[in-house]
Amino acid sequence: MTHLEPIIEARGVEQFYIQPGGQRTEILTPTNLSIQPDQIVALLGASGCGKSTLLRILSGLVRPPAGEVLWHGQPLNGKQPNVAIVFQSFALFPWLTVIENVEAPLRARGMGIFERRKRALRILDTVGLDGFETAYPKELSGGMKQRVGFARGLVVEPEVLFMDEPFSALDVLTSETLRGELLELWTSRRIPTRAIFMVTHNIEEAVELADRIVVLAHRPASIRDDFLVELPQPRTHTMPRFHELVDHIYKLLTQPEEKHVLPAAAPAAGAAAPKEHVALPHARPGGIAGLVEIIGDRGGRDDLYHLAEDLVLDVEDLLPIVEAARLLGFAEVSEGDVRLTPIGKTYAEASIEQRKQVFREAALERIPLLRQIHTALRAKSDHAMPAEFFRDILDDRFSADEAPRQMETAMDWGRYAEIFDYDSQSDRLLGTET
Amino acid sequence: MTRVLTMERAAAARRPASLLTDAAIFAAGLAALYGVMGISRSWLSPARPVAEISLSPSALPVYALYSLWRMGLAYLASLVFALVYAYAAARNRVAERLLIPLLDILQSIPVLSFLPGVMMAMVSIFPDRELGLELGSILLIFTGQVWNLAFSFYASLKGLPRELTEAATTYHFGHWQRFYQLELPYGAIGLVWNSMMSVAGGWFFLMACEMFQLGQRDFRLPGLGSYLQTAASAGDMRAILWGLAAMIAVILLLDQCLWRPLIAWAEKFKFEQVESAEAPQSAVLLALRHSASLAWVRRRALAPAWEALTLRLARHEASEQPREGPVWRPYAARALGVAALALVLYGAMRAGHILMGLTRDELSLLLHGAGATFARVMAALAIGLLWTVPLGVAVGLRPRLASVVQPLAQIAASVPATALFPVLLLILFRAGGGMGLAAILLMLLGTQWYLLFNVIAGAQAVPSDLLEAARVFRIRGWERWRLLILPGIFPYLVTGLVTAAGGAWNASIVAEYSRFQGRVLATTGLGATISQATDAGNFDLLLASTVAMAVIVVTVNRVLWKRLFRLAQTRFRLET
Repeated sequence: MTHLEPIIEARGVEQFYIQPGGQRTEILTPTNLSIQPDQIVALLGASGCGKSTLLRILSGLVRPPAGEVLWHGQPLNGKQPNVAIVFQSFALFPWLTVIENVEAPLRARGMGIFERRKRALRILDTVGLDGFETAYPKELSGGMKQRVGFARGLVVEPEVLFMDEPFSALDVLTSETLRGELLELWTSRRIPTRAIFMVTHNIEEAVELADRIVVLAHRPASIRDDFLVELPQPRTHTMPRFHELVDHIYKLLTQPEEKHVLPAAAPAAGAAAPKEHVALPHARPGGIAGLVEIIGDRGGRDDLYHLAEDLVLDVEDLLPIVEAARLLGFAEVSEGDVRLTPIGKTYAEASIEQRKQVFREAALERIPLLRQIHTALRAKSDHAMPAEFFRDILDDRFSADEAPRQMETAMDWGRYAEIFDYDSQSDRLLGTET
Repeated sequence: MTRVLTMERAAAARRPASLLTDAAIFAAGLAALYGVMGISRSWLSPARPVAEISLSPSALPVYALYSLWRMGLAYLASLVFALVYAYAAARNRVAERLLIPLLDILQSIPVLSFLPGVMMAMVSIFPDRELGLELGSILLIFTGQVWNLAFSFYASLKGLPRELTEAATTYHFGHWQRFYQLELPYGAIGLVWNSMMSVAGGWFFLMACEMFQLGQRDFRLPGLGSYLQTAASAGDMRAILWGLAAMIAVILLLDQCLWRPLIAWAEKFKFEQVESAEAPQSAVLLALRHSASLAWVRRRALAPAWEALTLRLARHEASEQPREGPVWRPYAARALGVAALALVLYGAMRAGHILMGLTRDELSLLLHGAGATFARVMAALAIGLLWTVPLGVAVGLRPRLASVVQPLAQIAASVPATALFPVLLLILFRAGGGMGLAAILLMLLGTQWYLLFNVIAGAQAVPSDLLEAARVFRIRGWERWRLLILPGIFPYLVTGLVTAAGGAWNASIVAEYSRFQGRVLATTGLGATISQATDAGNFDLLLASTVAMAVIVVTVNRVLWKRLFRLAQTRFRLET
């Protein structure tokens, strides 16, 4: 990679909120990141980890409370640089026709009608929207809408094109087509854009498109890894190196605590004492059961990537379920493979009632929060506690957004495992007799 | 671009009826010009001591025009004010904290009690022109219709989808472009619906304030309201029927030529990703869209003018560097805030002083009146519920019946209750009823429609699978009502009740006290106290009774309706 002067450079940017209690909730730890010319950069991370925040800071939409963003070496200070953003929700104005949507940014620059229309028609032609000029966005399919989104972005000839999960709202085939077309525009230099910065949670998407991948760690967000993808275009899923990269990123995302290079085997079941604040992955007991069953059916072992492909799921959707199975000691994950443990096998083959028993034992042994609730309920003479009590505990450990989700998952698991019952009228957890 | 133009031409050529539309548009333009000239002449004419209201049906078109003109001006003023108010509240955090609670209170103040003060002020500003009275009535209608418009636009400004505003920022939209391409379109549907409600409410006040007495002075403005009141006073049944017919004709005309086209047009501002199956249609809008002459005007005059204006503004804003406001600005804002606060405090102190000066008799009158009016409002609501709930549910659960009943009910509802008051009084007194009963009936007349429409909407929203489940499990009769229908319509019922209660309080001012055929008819009540104080020119009592009513309405809102609302939104929400 040639070391050119970066177009955009973020120095020590952070994002945090001061909560009413004066507590500081960190969204993004101080981060340095620069966007070089002639690169497609993909920012990867789990959903809701702060990727979009970083994109908004780099594009000048959000002014970070600390740190600075340099545009060709000059601080931005609230100015809007010549960039464009393609949004996940398309963010088209539904009351404007396709061509009016595309012309809107040019109008804002004070460009006259003839020049405006000429440019808009040219870019619509480029993205393949010929003949749809007078249509309203709601008359178009999702893929066509996003084409309008691209046209509106490209018409201002941005130096950097930002894309915030641009393909997530589209079906698999459509997003595949659009990715291909974007790559074609980019590699053939038919657009004057000098760099593309894309936020995604789709690992394959990143590996397919990006020249450089930045992986964000979760809560608070910080850069976990930043590497170049030296694979020739066009890339296909069958390339061995493609597969390796995907597996590598999986590991980074599924095992946030582990070091970069993983040992061949996962920690033995029960060996690692669960830490005090284990964050529960948001998976339902039914989903965990389903996953364990499927892996059981496949001989107790499968590649995560295949598993997701066969289930027609985004691997990201599978990750919390896999993580839950791992946490409960039903499965181990290593090198992108997931393997059932002996307990997992027992669980897969058990009847519905036995399963609850296995789940209950595993949960009480390995999930500190459920164990805590169980102990508390047993200690009370009436075996009942207000749910609020545990919410308070979670509030101290997690962010304001995350705490209720943690509680919800804990309730899901606890009620399934019959560790406790919940009375919504009084908002109390009730111990169950066994 | 050629493509766009040819499409417009093709659309124009498709319709042979286009010529007829063009002629109609031209004629309407001429008529409007003539009307404006005639009205301005009348406005600037010397004040007449007492305008004679002719009961001849041939006078009705002119009267209708006068009333419409007042309505239109008041509405325009409300719209502009509402946009500015909402913008200030949504953009400035300090202003927001002040303006939004103020909105809540202003909405609850009975507008009719402003009537004497406003009229006196206006007449004294323009002592020898009709203009004073006209402006007074317009100002009153304005205060009646502006608040819900402001609130609607404020709510849509606050609810702007984040990615749309981000797109506007990234693509360097200036303030003006942001307003006409993002904020106004996003709020358009809410504004249209609220405009309809506002104008309906406006008729209510217009009917009341075209003819009233203040002390010894008799104020009359030529219009539909004064025509109806005069006719009822004279007991002229033929004139009453003519007047009502003219009223209904005006309202139907507005509905067909203004609201329906507007609603159909506003459909494009719906914030949705897919086209809805049943879009509202309007024949008038279709005709306008296909009119060749309008297309010509748009292409040759409006579009270039708009283009020039927006470009100019965009270039101006694009050349401006982002800068921090001048150093004195925060101080100026603070000083302004302090001044406003001081003014409010001073006003409150003066008002408090007046209230302290009330006699014991007046206080007891207020208390008794408040109790009596409260009871009447409740009675009107109860009677309203008794008939609207069964009927509304019956209609709402049968789509075919609904398609017949709903338009009829809409016409009935659009006739302003104040227009009917004098007529109803006439009938009631011929039948030998008392004023207390009349007041309840009059309140009911003005408010039952809110209930009916909401019940119908609620019944229509009950999911059909729940209805089917009830049928499968043989849940019938009272059980069906208790388990399914009442919880299902509850949120809608609460909405209807809040609006109806507000309307009933306001109506009490006209309903409890009336001058009819030269006699004064009154019953005990807060509304009657307000009207009496108005008549007698007792401003202390007027202030006290208005404040009392506002306090009661705000308190009931806070204590009762807000709680029911919360219940409706949590426990009785039907999630689909």
